[in-house]
Amino acid sequence: MKYQNPKPKWSELETGTAILTPGSARATHTGEWRSSRPVWNDEHCVQCGVCVIFCPEGCIAFQADGYPKADLDYCKGCGICVQECPTTSIAMQDEEE
Amino acid sequence: MERRIGMEASIAMAEAVGLCDADVVSAYPITPQTHIVEHLSELVANGELDANFVPVESEHSAMSVCCGSSAAGARTYTATSSQGLALMHEILFIAPALRLPIVMAVANRSLSGPISIWNDHSDIMAERDIGWIQVFVENAQEAIDLTIWSFRIAEDKRVSLPTIVNFDGFILSHMIEPVLMPDREQVQDFLPPFEPLQRLDIDNPVSMGPVGIPDVYTEAKYVQHKLLTDAYGPIVETFGELEKHFGRKYRPVETYRADDADVLLLTMGALGETAMTAVDERRKRGQKVGLIKLRLFRPFPYKDLLNAIGDKPVLGVMDRAVSFGGPVGPVASEVKAALFSARKHPLVPEFIVGLGGRDTSIADFHSIFDDLFEAAERDTTPDPRFVGLRE
Ligand code: SF4
Ligand code: SF4
Repeated sequence: MKYQNPKPKWSELETGTAILTPGSARATHTGEWRSSRPVWNDEHCVQCGVCVIFCPEGCIAFQADGYPKADLDYCKGCGICVQECPTTSIAMQDEEE
Repeated sequence: MERRIGMEASIAMAEAVGLCDADVVSAYPITPQTHIVEHLSELVANGELDANFVPVESEHSAMSVCCGSSAAGARTYTATSSQGLALMHEILFIAPALRLPIVMAVANRSLSGPISIWNDHSDIMAERDIGWIQVFVENAQEAIDLTIWSFRIAEDKRVSLPTIVNFDGFILSHMIEPVLMPDREQVQDFLPPFEPLQRLDIDNPVSMGPVGIPDVYTEAKYVQHKLLTDAYGPIVETFGELEKHFGRKYRPVETYRADDADVLLLTMGALGETAMTAVDERRKRGQKVGLIKLRLFRPFPYKDLLNAIGDKPVLGVMDRAVSFGGPVGPVASEVKAALFSARKHPLVPEFIVGLGGRDTSIADFHSIFDDLFEAAERDTTPDPRFVGLRE
């Protein structure tokens, strides 16, 4: 688990900087560097799942209400979901707004 | 019991790898390394060495296979030269970063162009900073001893770093010399079975070689530097073990008739033997010249070198490669860096010797010694000299 400390001391690194815990990528919140986020408008969404499949981070999932949303801890703001949605139900919004 | 036999240095080295029971050998043939891997493939084909011999389509693949097999916990060996070493370049850095104790022979050869298959140190000087332990050998016996030692130091748990045995192409690799070849039992007494620090194992999964984000990379590089520097202690210790088992003594820096010398010359590799003959001839004439032989190139043995130099006024440095447009001699530049911290330091004339297979004779060493005496007399350092250059 030492490696999962995001700022380890040199003496805390694992041998050869190996990762000993499976699934450790979860601890790295790649969403930190996002400058804009996808926002859904469910009105026209046909729940086709295209955005879910195309998201390169695999961070879009159908929610309890049947509509997809992104997990913003991992969404890097690439906008591919916006590009691929056949009903233009997703739009990018500046993080500063 | 060791056998006294006459054997080509390359074959002797391959025999030593066989005695060390390497599990995987992966290599691509390149002159002048070829005889090593040819002989290893024979040993495997004849059932004398129980190893996987993995023929590959390039040295890049050879080193990649070596990283994989070492990571899986196999004792791994390869050998290369020149362009082959250059083609391995990007993978060479991976092995120490992942703490993979691969052992490799580099039959030192010049780099193109012009195309040259002959001997000098251009290949390895271009790979100075790959993070491997590096030693140089002078003769076939040293090639055997230090190949066996390399597995021991590389696999030492305090170290766990890959190790290169540099031995000069042709002028050593293809020489037939008398050697004392140890037997399997002797080698097994000296070399314990390989127990990796960690291995690729489906029951205990690890990810080796992941991304090092900016928050990790600096610490990772510091660890590498510290490990290689700290390997010095275990290196000296295992040289001692080697002496106990085989009776031959190795030191990070060795000297020849240096104690009372007026001028010193530093050499690295097989030309040290020719230099010794020249030293003996000078001594007969009553002139006090001595040699410093750099055995360990990485980690660089700063303290031993300073001790060996002592307060001698002149230290010539022989280089067998060129740092173009820079310090000229790569070894000389390191020696000078080592001397910078000393309160008093000698003049350091530089000599570029034996490039691309140019014969280096005893007379060449005499011309170098002449320069050293002249430098001492004038108390000035001459410009770096390309020995034997036609002007
Ligand atoms: S912006 Fe990119 S990363 Fe974020 S949800 Fe859309 S496709 Fe995935
Ligand atoms: S691609 Fe568009 S329409 Fe299809 S599920 Fe995603 S948001 Fe809804």
